[in-house]
Formats: sequence, structure tokens, C-alpha cells
Amino acid sequence: MAKDIFVVVEQRVDENGVCVVQKVGIELIGEACKLAKDSGDNVVAVLLGHNFTDQAQMLIQYGASKVLVVDSEYLVPFMTEPYVKAVTQIVRDYEPSIVLFGASSIGRDIAPRVAGRVHTGLTADCTRLDIDVAKYQDFLRRTTSLQPEKIDALSSPEMAARLDPKLLKMTRPAFGGNIMATIVCPAYAPQMATVRPGVMEMPEKNPNAKGIVEEVKVDFVPEDRNVEILSTEHPKEKIVDITDAKVLVSGGRGVGGPEGFDLLRPLAKELGGEVSSSRIGVDNGWIEKSRQVGQTGKTVHPNLYLACGISGAIQHQAGMESSECIIAINKDDKCPMMEMADLGIQADLFKIVPKLTAAVKAYNEKKNQL
Amino acid sequence: MKICVCIKQVPDTAEVKLDPKTNTLIRDGVPSIINHDDRSAIETAIQLKEQYGAHVSVVCMGPPQADIALREALAMGCDEAYLLSAREFGGSDTYATATIIATALRKIGFDLVITGRQAIDGDTAQVGPQIAEQLHLPQVTYAEELKYEGGDTLIVRRQFEDQSHMIKIKMPCLITALTELNEPRYMSVKGITSAYQQEVNVWGFDALKDDLNPAWIGLKGSPTNVFQSFGKQLRQAGKVMTGLSDEQAVDAIMAKLIERHII
Repeated sequence: MAKDIFVVVEQRVDENGVCVVQKVGIELIGEACKLAKDSGDNVVAVLLGHNFTDQAQMLIQYGASKVLVVDSEYLVPFMTEPYVKAVTQIVRDYEPSIVLFGASSIGRDIAPRVAGRVHTGLTADCTRLDIDVAKYQDFLRRTTSLQPEKIDALSSPEMAARLDPKLLKMTRPAFGGNIMATIVCPAYAPQMATVRPGVMEMPEKNPNAKGIVEEVKVDFVPEDRNVEILSTEHPKEKIVDITDAKVLVSGGRGVGGPEGFDLLRPLAKELGGEVSSSRIGVDNGWIEKSRQVGQTGKTVHPNLYLACGISGAIQHQAGMESSECIIAINKDDKCPMMEMADLGIQADLFKIVPKLTAAVKAYNEKKNQL
Repeated sequence: MKICVCIKQVPDTAEVKLDPKTNTLIRDGVPSIINHDDRSAIETAIQLKEQYGAHVSVVCMGPPQADIALREALAMGCDEAYLLSAREFGGSDTYATATIIATALRKIGFDLVITGRQAIDGDTAQVGPQIAEQLHLPQVTYAEELKYEGGDTLIVRRQFEDQSHMIKIKMPCLITALTELNEPRYMSVKGITSAYQQEVNVWGFDALKDDLNPAWIGLKGSPTNVFQSFGKQLRQAGKVMTGLSDEQAVDAIMAKLIERHII
């Protein structure tokens, strides 16, 4: 009988050659703990890499009750086949009920192959997971356009008889964010999903948490290294993770070029935030790809999203619509971004942004004097 | 070198809208296009053909209307086209889709399979790796550069969020293409003419049935199914202010920043 929720925790080798656990893995442990409360399962972290230090203990402090460690030189640097082999072996030996991966370029590289190898379903890029039907209904009522009678029907006796109480409901955007779909995998095990980084909340760390660390042996053979990594390049500038920023000052087509972003940077600095971009700024090479917000970029939910010259295509909205406060500055007062913003200002951003920067600066200085 | 390119015909998602009453997509009048990443996959194959000589087959699973996408690929310079179309294939999830395409690829034969990274409608990025899995091929996903090194060797630059890797991979193998790979060409007039003189090979269930387990394809053979689909509730409408002076505009924004405790 399948049980327990497994989280495949991803590590990257940074520019100093150190294995670093990626944030999305911790976010997923937090989410898995919430699901486990509803289903009575345990949360098991799967840690793959080589020469670990105290990462396994850290995962326990974040909520895993057990950590399965595969430590092998075959796992550094990252290659598809050794990772797929290790995760597949764990899935077959431990028979988890659910397996979660980060929807990062590594997670999206290996998870489909693991699902293929064990012959089960995989749902990509989930933004919400539910086991408990009442919580799922609450989510549908609060945030979706689904008719109330359809939502109520989910808890009817007929439905309850038909549905496995442990069925994982995996919700994700599709059609460029135009539609949301909940996907289920009722007849195959495990139920597998990749989850977008930055979507699930970071859990609290409990330094007193206790758990089991178990080493898993995988028999790697030289043929598992079926590609050869010739070199790794880290970009020279430190990449900023915009998903961490509390404030994002974001530029779109209206900023007109790289110099438009130069105008936004001082404002972002005064607001204690970062600069981000819609797809157009990245496609035109005005700003680096790591700062792109949207369906093909990052999902962000800052306290403030200040959209400058962004019309707000649905693909962009998909990445920023859960921002707490949205302010838009745009010449076009009818564009979708103005419609979704808490405050939309029809104006020329080239005139407003420098004046706003000066006003915020003056405000901050005055506040610091008090 | 024998190259197979797998493409998908997708609705232009920028144009798709949701019917708020039925929670279904309004597809009427929405143009169908070759998925962006897949177009780069086609271009990569054609460039390899032009530089080193190759035979390029293009494969698409979809309804009979996907014929037009395949003819476009032929007009760009592909040599032959296969349309995998059958009622039995309908409703396939990524596992089932990969099963059908992998079966067709085995029959066509290949040294190199190129797919797009992901389709703009489903956005899963799963079918490429799952085809590789079924065919027991090594893969490089997220390819942003590709060079042929002679013999059976390719050098591919793989994009990660915070780094990139140069990877040496031996054919047979599968690559998933990013739009960063190249600037896909337009169809030539000569290409369009010859694309309509060529046959598109249409393979239904019967053409593949000897190698295809019917229990593993289509809606019934798919491990995942859609449980619910719905649109999102719109955010509470905010305030749009027009015709302000610069000072009024700055004041309005400052007031909001203070109200929301951002500064």
C-alpha cells in the first residue's frame, strides 16, 4: 500500500564548487507537511548529491521526518540518467503515495523520465496541491469562476464514494494562464507533480526537530553517465532572485530600451526592491532573463508590484497576479494591467518615475531622521 | 544523418479566451500555429541538413487539420512529414502521447530526435523527455546552442536558471530546443509550392497497432486526467486615474505606498 509524501530536493553546485540545496525543495517540504496533516502520511525528503555536510539535518528542521540520502560521485555534476536511476529505485523500493519535484530545469528534466520509467502520471508546474476536499472546495470558492453547485457537488455522498480520500488534486495554469485545470492521477502510483518555485510558502525552521537519516545505495555503472559535461559557466554578475524581493519595479514595452531600466533602478533601490521585466524587455536584450516575470519567466508575489509601461498580457499576469499590491503607470488607461491594478496612473513614466524616486527618497530621509 | 523533428500545432494562446459560463476555451477564430520552440527545432534540423547533409522527417500528432502545420514544416525545408491522427489517440496525456510518438519514431528511424522544450498550450515540457525515456535515448533538454562535431557527436549548451553547461552527447539522442537556438526561417515560395505537391503520410491507429498497447494510449490509457477546469476570479477592480499633473500622479502613488505600509 502506497504511503508517505516524498520530496525530491534539488541541489546545485555553485561557483565555489559547493552543493547548495535549492529553495524550492524547502518550499515543497513545507507544502508536503501541510498535505501530510490531511492524509496522515509522513514527509520524506530525498537528497541526491555528493559529499554532503549538514543538509540532511537541515531538511529535518524544515519538517521532513525522514531523509533518504544517495551520496555518489555520479550525482555531481548533474546528469539526467544517474538522477533518474536513483529516484526510480527509491520510488520502486519505498512505494510512496506522492512524489513532488521542483519545476526547475533539473526537476523538469528528470521527473518526466521517472514517471515514464515507473509508468505513472506526472502533472507539470503545479501552483496548488490539495488532498482535503473541503480545503480544495474553499480554494475553488475563493479564487475561481467555477459555479457554486459544481463546487458543492465535490463533497456529495456519491462523489465521496467514488473518490479516493487520498486523491491528490493538482492545480496548474494552462493555455498561457487563460485557464486553470486540476489534474488527478487516480489509477497509477505514485501521484507525481512538479511545482513552480516561489509558489509555496517557506516553512519555519525548528532547530529541535528530530528525524531519521537513511543512506540509500544505488549501483551506478559508468554507462549511466551517458553524456559528458565539458564545462559549466556561471554568469559573471551575481544573479538576483527576484522571487525573494518584497518590492518589484517592473518594466515593459513602454520603457523603450535598456536606458528605460536605468530609470527604474534608483526607484527600486529607494523602495528596497529589485527591477524586473516583462517578456519584451528580455526578448529585446534590455535586461537579463533571470529578471523576467510571467508564464515563461518567474512567478512572484511581492508586497508591491509597480508595473511601468507593461500592458499586462495574460502570460505576464500569470507570473504576478498574486502580488499584494499592484500599481501601474501606463500611457494607455485601458490596458489589462491598468484594469487589474489596485491603482492605475495614466501618465508618461519617463516624467513620473524620476519624480516618484525623489519623493520616496525624501520620505525615507525624513523618516530616518525621526 | 537521419533527423526526426516532433512538432505540435497549438492555438495562439495570446488569442484564447475563456467562456465564463461554461469554463471552456473559446477557440473559434483563434489561429493555429506551429509551437514556437518546435519551430526552432525545425530550423535546427534544417541547418544541420544544409551544413552536413541530413534527411529530415517531421512528425506531428493531432487532428487532420494539423496537416497545415506539417506542410509549413515541409515548406521550410523538411524532407518528409508524418501526421499521427486517430480517434484512439484523442485525450492522450503526456505519457500516452510520448508512447504514440515513440512508436512512430521507431518505425521511421532516426539518429537524432529534436522536439521543442514545451508547448504554449499545455506548458508541460514533459513529452520530449518521455519520448527519450521510451526510446531509451540520452537527452539534453533546454538546448540553446547546438553544434555537430562529426561522427556521432553533438555539443549542446544546456540552459539552467543560474548557469549553463556545455554537454557532449552521442547520437542516437534526443534534444529539446529553446527559441534561443536560432531565428526560424520563413517558408520560401518554392517551398510552399513543393510542400503542396508532396504527400503527408497519415498514420492512424492501424499503422502503429502492432507495436502499440491500446491500453496505454488515448483518454483511457492516460495516467492523468482533468478533474476540473475553471477560470480565475478577477481581482477586485482598483482605481484608474487619468489626466493628472505629474505632481498629482506622484502624490497618488505616494499615498498608496504609505497606505499599504510599503514605505
